[in-house]
Amino acid sequence: MHTSSTVVLVLAVFAASLVEMVEALTIVVAAGVSRGWRSALEGAVAAALVLGVLVVAVGVPLIRYIPLDALRVVVGALLLVLGLSWLRKAILRSSGHKAPHDEDLIYAETVAELATEPSGAAVTRPRRDSVGFAVAFKGVFLEGTEVVLIVVSLGAAQHRLGLAALAAAAALVVVAVAGLIVARQLSEVPENTIKTAVGVMLTSFGVFWVGEGAGVHWPGDDLAIPVLVGFFVVVYVACTALLRVRFPVPAVEAEGARP
Amino acid sequence: MMAALGRALRAFGHFWWDFVIGDTPELALATAVIVAVAFLLAGTTIAGAIVLPLLAAVFLLASSLRGRKRVPGD
Repeated sequence: MHTSSTVVLVLAVFAASLVEMVEALTIVVAAGVSRGWRSALEGAVAAALVLGVLVVAVGVPLIRYIPLDALRVVVGALLLVLGLSWLRKAILRSSGHKAPHDEDLIYAETVAELATEPSGAAVTRPRRDSVGFAVAFKGVFLEGTEVVLIVVSLGAAQHRLGLAALAAAAALVVVAVAGLIVARQLSEVPENTIKTAVGVMLTSFGVFWVGEGAGVHWPGDDLAIPVLVGFFVVVYVACTALLRVRFPVPAVEAEGARP
Repeated sequence: MMAALGRALRAFGHFWWDFVIGDTPELALATAVIVAVAFLLAGTTIAGAIVLPLLAAVFLLASSLRGRKRVPGD
């Protein structure tokens, strides 16, 4: 296995985990502020543990029992669906056809939703608030599911599940520390840019693994991955430019779109 | 017990439907086409390495055009 594909694997998992965890952190902070920190943190930790178990329960059997070529085709197809979808959103956002992801807006909406729940629990701050726990658990679990998919897919296809899980864990630590420092200034994280980069990497891995698993010989073997990354960066820039020039969107309409 | 199992299966199916199809069925179709073409080009080097990324790029452009915001006169 070449160093280049390992580097791209770590970068892809780390960056994908980073953006998903920032989204999860937004919800956990909103639940903590609105319903009490103990329940919100317990919900977040419980969801993280369930996700960790999922990685082991799904990833290890995949590596042990599924033939590598079949695994690479399936994994490549999953990564392609995910990567193309992220890249499409990135193109639409960059060209003004879709509003950028806004953590401040999500935070405000979550706090407003929680404020409509029965307020007695929040006022008396019981030892456990089931609403705060459930909202934090759901937020971390739903955002984390994509991380699990990426960790298991990329990790299993390269037989580097441990490395992929470590990259995701590193992202978790970075987001947790950043969350403690910046608290509600999550909008400072350049999430749209990171998502674009992850979309490029997932699409590149997807095309590579589908071809590799099906029996296509890539020139330079794993060295084709950085070339594919470069190609999809060019595709992203070209598609964005085409949409901006051929189908310009009035500024007011672009701002009004829901993330 | 059976009701809970049914709910879990429905939720599982719903997750995968949302993940693979969602609001961009054309990307699921794109993936299926790319996988099929990859098998057709098995054993090749240059053809596969050129056709597969190009296919992904064409489908991505088509899906982005489909998802663009329509403005009057468009």
